[in-house]
Amino acid sequence: MKRREPFTDSQLLMSIAIGIFVVMYGAAMIFMGGGFLKFQQFFDLLNDNAALIIVSCALSIVMIGGGINISVGGVIGLTVMSCALYLNGTGIESAFGSTAMALLLSLGIGLAFGVGQGFLISYLDIQPFIVTLAGMFLSRGLTTMLSINPVKVTHAAFLDVAKTKLQIPFLGYTAQNGNLIPAKLETGAIIALCVVILSALMLKYTRLGRHTYALGGNQQSSLMLGINVRRTRFLTYVISGLLSGLAGFAFLMHKPAGNSSVAARMEMDAIAASIIGGTLLTGGVGNVIGTFFGALILATIQKIIGLSPLNESWWQEMASGAMLALFILLQSVVLSNRGKKAENAGKMKLKKE
Amino acid sequence: MQDGIVLTMRGIYKSFPGVRALQNVDFTLRKGEIHALMGENGAGKSTLIKVLTGVYEKDAGEIRVEGQDGPADIRSPQDAQNIGISTVYQEITLCPNLSVAENMFIGRDKGVGVRWKDMEKKAGDLLKSLGIPARPKQQLSSCSIAVQQMVAIARAVDADCKVLILDEPTSSLDDKEVEMLFGLMRDLKSRGVGIIFVTHFLEQVYAVSDRITVLRNGELVGEFEVQSLPQVELVSAMMGHALAELSDLDKQGSSDALSGEAFYEASGLSSAEARPFDFRIAKGEVNGFTGLLGSGRSESVRAIFAADHVTGGHVKVNGKPVNISKPVQAMKAGIGYLPEDRKRDGIIADLSVRENIILALQVMKGFFHPLSRKEEEAFADEYIKTLEIKTASQETPIKSLSGGNQQKVILARWLLTHPQYLILDEPTRGIDVGTKTEIQRLVLKLAEEGMSVTFISSEIEEMLRTCSRLIVMRDRKIVGELTGDQLNQDTVMKTIAGGEQA
Repeated sequence: MKRREPFTDSQLLMSIAIGIFVVMYGAAMIFMGGGFLKFQQFFDLLNDNAALIIVSCALSIVMIGGGINISVGGVIGLTVMSCALYLNGTGIESAFGSTAMALLLSLGIGLAFGVGQGFLISYLDIQPFIVTLAGMFLSRGLTTMLSINPVKVTHAAFLDVAKTKLQIPFLGYTAQNGNLIPAKLETGAIIALCVVILSALMLKYTRLGRHTYALGGNQQSSLMLGINVRRTRFLTYVISGLLSGLAGFAFLMHKPAGNSSVAARMEMDAIAASIIGGTLLTGGVGNVIGTFFGALILATIQKIIGLSPLNESWWQEMASGAMLALFILLQSVVLSNRGKKAENAGKMKLKKE
Repeated sequence: MQDGIVLTMRGIYKSFPGVRALQNVDFTLRKGEIHALMGENGAGKSTLIKVLTGVYEKDAGEIRVEGQDGPADIRSPQDAQNIGISTVYQEITLCPNLSVAENMFIGRDKGVGVRWKDMEKKAGDLLKSLGIPARPKQQLSSCSIAVQQMVAIARAVDADCKVLILDEPTSSLDDKEVEMLFGLMRDLKSRGVGIIFVTHFLEQVYAVSDRITVLRNGELVGEFEVQSLPQVELVSAMMGHALAELSDLDKQGSSDALSGEAFYEASGLSSAEARPFDFRIAKGEVNGFTGLLGSGRSESVRAIFAADHVTGGHVKVNGKPVNISKPVQAMKAGIGYLPEDRKRDGIIADLSVRENIILALQVMKGFFHPLSRKEEEAFADEYIKTLEIKTASQETPIKSLSGGNQQKVILARWLLTHPQYLILDEPTRGIDVGTKTEIQRLVLKLAEEGMSVTFISSEIEEMLRTCSRLIVMRDRKIVGELTGDQLNQDTVMKTIAGGEQA
């Protein structure tokens, strides 16, 4: 008896997210036309939201493991500020050297937060919400301490690197004057795409990934099944820290300036993207591909409203809020229907016998 | 170690502060046998299992496992698993969000990566060879509880286990599922796995076990071959006193009451779940609803208490017509209802014994007339004493009590409202034999004092012992009423099965 297995909860919710994104983007193409008909518009979603996509993955991994991390926005802010100050003050002239050092600094800051928070949460059993709230305050405080005023990166070689874009001619379009304008993808966006793919592979094909799902599914059972619960949880926070640092680096490449309010509230957007993408706050269910589309849905709403006559920030927030509420509703309806179906199927089977 | 023996435990001692949980207990498990471990609550079954699986450390004694030189040193469930002792608990300890195959292999694999293809193939082969109706890629939560339990067993079996411990595996399964599980157990037995089977259900022990070890008060009563130990003797071995007491309950009083004045009368009563039926109970009568699971027996009594939405019918209490469409109205009319599902509808797990006891009375009085703390404590004290509820104090959370004692607390809750009519839906399920008898005796005593009681149990024998009138249901209809000489197993079975109208 060979038949397709029905979707798992994770796959089902991911498919819903992808479907909604396609419908939404398609509608924008039809009704708004203009920029949406160019491929560059799609790339710009990636270019402008690279950091969000990366931290959304970070958040999804933690949430699948049954945790939460609200310090990611603060860590991005701290990373960007530290890198900006470092680049402006460094003696390294070379493009490669300065970029590599900025990347290392970003990852270092992220790792430090990840290890510290992960240790408190996993080995000292402190509530993740509290620990990462503390991390958020700490990182924001440190950022402001480093500089109250905005800091623009002036390192010439680094700026050149940041401006470099991957040009893809066949996805470009022909301008009115007949010149072919290739589609451009920024470094940050490329990093974001790599992160999505690597995290998806990690979650699906490594022991750590599967243990993360198990942990989020049922902690007590995971323990009985022989999973090292503490280490698994610790590692999810280390990864989320590292990814936050990396997101900071991507942010810097896109907008090379530090500022105490950089990535303000991005943790909330990342949580929203994860949930829209099908990650359950209760843990154990989710998928970073879904999260990627969740982030794109938020970005598309932003874009559509930006281009519409309702171009005010409150419309955008309200639309995102409505979207989130709608999604949660949809998810719970779909999942509870599933539950009922399974129950009924069980009953039917018994009756037949 | 002798041939054919996979596990010996010799002279095991274990004490907790104030309690000697195990004293000089021996246990022997042979290859390819199903060995039931029996005893009442507190006999030491769980302690023995926990010593064996490394959850508790023993104070003295020796455990030997086949294939190990010298005594085994088991300090954690992981240690136990490594030397071939696996446990499947009553509560399923798997992850519902993962696939069946993953649940069988996660936590046991080595290396960084997961090879899905290999894993799913291995899982598929094992499921097939054990005849478990699950697919490797299926999400575990889409399987029935019984199948999930079997997946847990498959996992244990694959971990090369010599000793498989099944701790109350059947308590949440229906008959069909239990049969499936037994099939699997017999199959494993034929493969040489030694199975330790812990359960409350006597019939199940006789259905699958080869040997029985009985514990009582932390001491070994003995090891018996199933054939040489009739059910009655098993019960007396577990309880430590002759069974005569158990079978001799005087229900004369309640029989006499049958013809008396009616306390409650309903005609054409129906609810969202129950078809219209007529029903009458006299003062001081004990009657029971019987029938197969799904025959509508619970639904009918729920309609009496208005636990489901009442859709029609006329009800008279003490001869006066009343309207009962909400549970609180039923309570005010003097009706109490002890629900079938103790965990879901009965106890409030985190509240104390005292709070659980006074709950129904408080609801009846209304929340604007709170009981004083003193009154509450007095009530709780009184019922803890009369019902002999074993609890550390009245402030102990009810969830830390044993099943039987939880049930007594719920009973106390209803007795406190001084109902004139009490409905007990499966009050003895999952309770040890001793407490069962206590509850049965209590029911008859209450009836003697003039209370009407409706008693529902899956165990017909128990109903025959307590009820003086049995209402038999089939396919959601009342198909017979049995009294007097008709109250014997044979007639009841025939009526349930259909054909002979009594």
